[in-house]
Amino acid sequence: MSTLTKQTLSHLDWLEAEAIHIMREVAGQCANPVLLFSGGKDSICMLRLAEKAFRPGRFPFPLMHIDTGHNYKEVTDFRDKRAAELGERLIVRSVEDSMARGTVVLKSADESRNKHQSVTLLEAIEEFGFDACIGGARRDEEKARAKERIMSFRDEFGQWDPKNQRPELWNLYNARSHKGENIRAFPISNWTELDVWQYIAREQLELPSIYFAHVRPVVRKNGLMQPVTDVTPAKPGDKVEDVLVRFRTVGDITCTAPVESDADTVEKILAETATTTITERGATRMDDQTSEASMEQRKKEGYF
Amino acid sequence: MSAPEQLPEIDNGLLRFLTCGSVDDGKSTLIGRLLFDTKTILADTMNAIEKTSAKRGMTAVDLSLLTDGLQAEREQGITIDVAYRYFTTGRRKYIIADAPGHEQYTRNMVTAASTANLAIILIDARKGVLTQTRRHSYLASLVGIPHLLVAVNKMDLVDYDEATFERIKADYLAFAGQLGIKDVRFIPISALAGDMIVDRGERLPWYAGPTLLEILEAAPAAHTEQAEDFRFPVQFVCRPHDSANPELHDYRGFMGRVESGEIAIGDAVTVLPSGASSKVKAISLGSDQLERAIHEQSVTLLLEDEIDISRGDMIVKTVEAPSAIKQIDATVCWLSETPMSPARTYLVRHTTREAKAKIAKIDYRLDVNTLEQQPVTSLAMNDIARITLKLAQPIVADPYRANRATGAFIIIDESTNNTVGAGMIG
Ligand SMILES: Nc1nc2c(ncn2[C@@H]2O[C@H](COP(=O)(O)OP(=O)(O)O)[C@@H](O)[C@H]2O)c(=O)[nH]1
Repeated sequence: MSTLTKQTLSHLDWLEAEAIHIMREVAGQCANPVLLFSGGKDSICMLRLAEKAFRPGRFPFPLMHIDTGHNYKEVTDFRDKRAAELGERLIVRSVEDSMARGTVVLKSADESRNKHQSVTLLEAIEEFGFDACIGGARRDEEKARAKERIMSFRDEFGQWDPKNQRPELWNLYNARSHKGENIRAFPISNWTELDVWQYIAREQLELPSIYFAHVRPVVRKNGLMQPVTDVTPAKPGDKVEDVLVRFRTVGDITCTAPVESDADTVEKILAETATTTITERGATRMDDQTSEASMEQRKKEGYF
Repeated sequence: MSAPEQLPEIDNGLLRFLTCGSVDDGKSTLIGRLLFDTKTILADTMNAIEKTSAKRGMTAVDLSLLTDGLQAEREQGITIDVAYRYFTTGRRKYIIADAPGHEQYTRNMVTAASTANLAIILIDARKGVLTQTRRHSYLASLVGIPHLLVAVNKMDLVDYDEATFERIKADYLAFAGQLGIKDVRFIPISALAGDMIVDRGERLPWYAGPTLLEILEAAPAAHTEQAEDFRFPVQFVCRPHDSANPELHDYRGFMGRVESGEIAIGDAVTVLPSGASSKVKAISLGSDQLERAIHEQSVTLLLEDEIDISRGDMIVKTVEAPSAIKQIDATVCWLSETPMSPARTYLVRHTTREAKAKIAKIDYRLDVNTLEQQPVTSLAMNDIARITLKLAQPIVADPYRANRATGAFIIIDESTNNTVGAGMIG
């Protein structure tokens, strides 16, 4: 193998070009797509990619967030601000509305609403007739995603059937669907957590404040730090401590734990990410620890 | 957490490769070893593997458990297929496509190979070159992977014997010549012990070449080093129609990815299939204005003249224009459990264009083990065959050998919308 002579792209440029290509394929092939935007770091990258893909035009899709009602205010405020800055339409559908309709029934008042997002998502897909949802999931997030397609097919019940996925060859994506069916498209499938942070640094993307080190009351449980909030108050006997923490992922309050860190800039977070010893989900997800198969199960039920 | 360190500098782009081998040749162990020795495996994942290894009564940690998800599937007889894994060395980012090695997984290997620039072919040192080795090498060359790396694994089980390695190498070269494989390298390894993968180890002193990782680090990221013709399939046309902003009033941006070659401002271009010509006025990527765009970049092109262009059209350099064709001879791999029905109409997706297609004839099916040509009237899953397709609308194509992006297509069954076949023109 001879040495490289031809000019090639850096790994971030390559990942960016691939993600733009995928977004444009969704826009070109699907009649009514939507981009899921939570205000989290992955979806913030997705918005920058959408700008690069479609400006100076408007995005050929609205943005949508499925709100559990248990999100950090810093994140939902950021979500609204970012959508307004871009001048793009933001749809918010809430799990609480599904609960009011009776389509989401919690086992107990303090059960996490996180997994019930799939019901609200399906209801929103039906309400608007979306034929594709563009999401920021990555294959490196955990084992069950390693074999996920870039264009993942869901049946009328929103179910992901591992036996019924389309082979994906070259960069020829098949985003066709019949009425009622749905494609989930993942433009940053091939990105890792480190790539995301490198992209945030390079593009100088603004993030919700809770991604950066801040002091927060927490209770240490099962090796994780559970934040003390209105939604997750301390229980009698809990030892509440003020700890310098940051979030690696920002999801539903009931299942996202911060990590101890003094990284208060993107550069410091990047350095930590490059040398971290624990996976993103392992460090932060209170719901995934129970079983390795839990993600696979939730995906089958229509979870993103 | 540790103090912030200097960030790794990644300067050598991204390399996509796949691993092929028969079951138990050590694919999972090799991937696990690469992830482990490049410190990609983090503590919690390692803990989980250690626990499982202990539960199964093993003394050492079984690195193959890292890719366990796929093995469980294999046991359940689920037919998918390719798992993707990632690691970075600080110099380069890697994407590994991992397809199960079972006999019937031709389609998985073709799928994994379609996006790879390098293939690692694993051989068990005790078994030497097998039928599967030949099949994997043939498929890799069929899909046009430019670089093959034959890794003779389990050297620990043959006492790290140089003669064994040399014999396998000679056996391999004997048939590689017949397949026309040009760039092939050999390396002795032990995935289990970690010899010659990331670290050299001390048990293979007679091998003077680079480690497996060094070979990966130096492999060209580009699919080919030859200059290729410029091909730009239009994905999306941007017309903001913004009457408030006079600059955007007449804006027409043609959005797509440079599938091959490169383009610069001022270049004369032709739009196919219409044949209309113009010059490149501007090239943009987000808010950046570029002088030129290269292979694999996703950009927006603006042309001097107002011509009607829509998704599915292809912009090429006028001096390198290919022709539009309505009949294609191709090698296809059938991917679907439902056999090909020669009487039916399928949909061919080629670049950003779709065309209805009928099977004009099936020349023969190829036995991928013996390369023998067999007459058939239909194709079943995993079959590789030479066929001729007639298209309802023309496509602008190049032979696959000359251009992977404009020579490849997929076949879609419109009733299910499934991707049922993959084809290479020429
Ligand atoms: N002695 C020895 N055993 C190996 C080596 N590589 C893999 N194995 C063992 O071979 C078996 C099959 O390996 P695995 O990685 O699961 O193979 P796969 O089916 O190709 O993924 C496992 O028991 C491994 O521990 C090696 O280099 N030396």
